[in-house]
Amino acid sequence: MLSATNLGILRGERVLFEGVSLSVAPGEAVILRGANGAGKTTLLRILAGLTRPEAGNVTREATHHWIGHREGLKPHETPRTHLKLWGQAWGAEADIDAVLREMGLSRPADVAGRYLSAGQKRRTALARLMLDNRAIWLLDEPFTALDTEGRDQLLAMVARHRQSGGAVIAAVHGDAGFAASREMGL
Amino acid sequence: MSPKPILSAFRQALSEAWAGGAGALLPLGFFAGAAVLVPLGIGTEPGMLRAVGPGILWVSLALSSLVTLERIFQSDVEDGTLDLWLQAGAPVSAIAAAKTFAHWLTAGLPLALMSPVLALMFQAEAGLSLLTGALIYGLGGLAFFFWGGVGAALSATVRRGGLLIALIALPLYVPTAIFGSMAMRGAAFGDTAPLLLAASTLFALAAAPFAMAAALRLAAD
Repeated sequence: MLSATNLGILRGERVLFEGVSLSVAPGEAVILRGANGAGKTTLLRILAGLTRPEAGNVTREATHHWIGHREGLKPHETPRTHLKLWGQAWGAEADIDAVLREMGLSRPADVAGRYLSAGQKRRTALARLMLDNRAIWLLDEPFTALDTEGRDQLLAMVARHRQSGGAVIAAVHGDAGFAASREMGL
Repeated sequence: MSPKPILSAFRQALSEAWAGGAGALLPLGFFAGAAVLVPLGIGTEPGMLRAVGPGILWVSLALSSLVTLERIFQSDVEDGTLDLWLQAGAPVSAIAAAKTFAHWLTAGLPLALMSPVLALMFQAEAGLSLLTGALIYGLGGLAFFFWGGVGAALSATVRRGGLLIALIALPLYVPTAIFGSMAMRGAAFGDTAPLLLAASTLFALAAAPFAMAAALRLAAD
């Protein structure tokens, strides 16, 4: 579904990593491990096509969702307007109210981003995963700022996504909470 | 390719400018302030004011277009929206053009609409020429905003990048400033000056989005 071969990248004068290959098939989940600064985020950005690697290439055979550590939520946007905007941008016909309810965002649905807590912002970003059915999920530290309930919700989403033939590549610290097909150390 | 992401980018930029509140009025205040202070500086002799007025307004327009440009792409880099737009499935140049156009609508068009009032303060004759003047300022302002957008995209990752934007954009403003002031002086250059101004604006509209797209991809890299 997504495969990368022999990726290498320079950051400044330093080789961040080289010779990294990975692939993910339907239903699989790959977890990226590594110390802070090992290049997990950079690798995910390369897989998403945001950063150009110095060596190697990436083939994506399906569309992907991107959840970075910056949420992509504007200070003036409410969870509802945010999801509506991206639903329209992607041409997705999801029921916004249902998505908000499922993510536990019904109460702050009309609160501007600048007043939301870190966890609520994170939930809003994760709600984008449900707007549009895309086979590949690229998640950078998706559990950051989530409470137990939010964590369980995300785990359920990941499980459902894999059951329906989706693939997940995630950078995670500590216990991922879901069974990974492979773990990759950087 | 679907035009939906482009429309959404346009809508988001408009609502962001709207939510910015009084921030959107800053260029307007700058424009008016510069034009009001000049007569105090150079004296109030009507003939002289009439002679320098159009030129002063051009300079004020160019400088006030720089005031808020800093924010159009920088905030997207900071809150992660840029990453989403780069993956939205539409050409990045079209997204950048939509955002810049929305920015011109909220910050640039009001400048052009206000120019007749300021021109009157410079002893311009009240008449139809005030409206053609506004049209010319609007056309030139559009080019200023698109070239300024290139500077804004290039300095999107630089904190307090305002000075950098000015350094990058001001040389690109030169053709528009020249043709624009020729167009305002009218008679001496016949009908060709407004056409040359329109051509330089069209060139900005055609070329700047690609430069912005390349700069934004670099900012995300």
